[in-house]
Amino acid sequence: MSAGWPQRPTKCFSAADVSSKTARAIYGADVDTLDRQILNRLQDGFPIVEHPFAAVAAELGVDESTLIERVRQLREDGTLTRFGPLYHAERLGGGLTLAAMEIAPDDFERVNEQVNAFPEVAHNYARDHRLNMWFVLATESPQRIDEVISDIEQVTGYRVYNMPKQQEFFVGLKFEV
Amino acid sequence: MVSHVDSALDATDRRLIAAIQGGLPLVAEPYREIGDAIGMPEQDVIARISALRDRGVIKRMGVVVRHHELGYHANAMVVWDVPDDKVQPLGECIGNYEFVTLCYRRRRYLPEWPYNLYCMIHGSDRNAVLDHVAQLVDECRLAATPHEVLFSRRRFKQNGARYLRG
Repeated sequence: MSAGWPQRPTKCFSAADVSSKTARAIYGADVDTLDRQILNRLQDGFPIVEHPFAAVAAELGVDESTLIERVRQLREDGTLTRFGPLYHAERLGGGLTLAAMEIAPDDFERVNEQVNAFPEVAHNYARDHRLNMWFVLATESPQRIDEVISDIEQVTGYRVYNMPKQQEFFVGLKFEV
Repeated sequence: MVSHVDSALDATDRRLIAAIQGGLPLVAEPYREIGDAIGMPEQDVIARISALRDRGVIKRMGVVVRHHELGYHANAMVVWDVPDDKVQPLGECIGNYEFVTLCYRRRRYLPEWPYNLYCMIHGSDRNAVLDHVAQLVDECRLAATPHEVLFSRRRFKQNGARYLRG
């Protein structure tokens, strides 16, 4: 591969693909005030006590059953992708890395399906770059990362760039709603 | 920086971790229901999950939102080619901004990928994200630092990571 990639966007998708209307139609995220309060509150953590929903409900001034029902709704409509623990991969003995691939636009759909079929692929985004596919791998052991990368290279026929984390300065995945 | 596996993780912890990695049951007493499923008293479930959180094995109990559906319509991974001896102060500077949700140092792939500092920026649209990048360039003094802004085009998969088979 030649040195130095020029900055040019890939043209895999039309603008329609990224319209927010599409996503809203799919996930139906019409959140009201109480939903917003719930989302903001739960991003700060969920109590580890016998009646955790009752504790949060009391803070928000609603019934326990109302809160549970709202959380169920938000999870069902896809506004919440997870409700539970977020683990620290390394402390758990697992492997975690960010990987990228440069896929020919004509080949993108095929490779995308193949990559997403791996259960170790936690998320996957198309990005504007010659390296146009970026995904996170989470595995049961650090050694598995290399095996999965090698498997993905074999199945897809493309090189995988493994970009492991070396140092963490900030993680605060919180979105004020 | 590779941290070591927490040596205090025993087989019971691992069973518990596997049982809740898919999420908590949406019931009034979720920890009791988890305990019932794996034969553990509720108080032990609560004590062990609390300990796992205090030790950092569990970073957070809570929720992950689909930010796109909540008005954050643009997200970009911004990558910087920072001199090795400046990674620390620049990483800390970038990590201070509320619109930055992650800031990591990662390995370079020379010659084709010189970038070693990554941050994620979310905004209401692309222009908002670019304004945030400009603010970082200005306030963290990154004008002479090569960087690229990689907007996301499509999200194909957003699953929680799974580390253990339950």
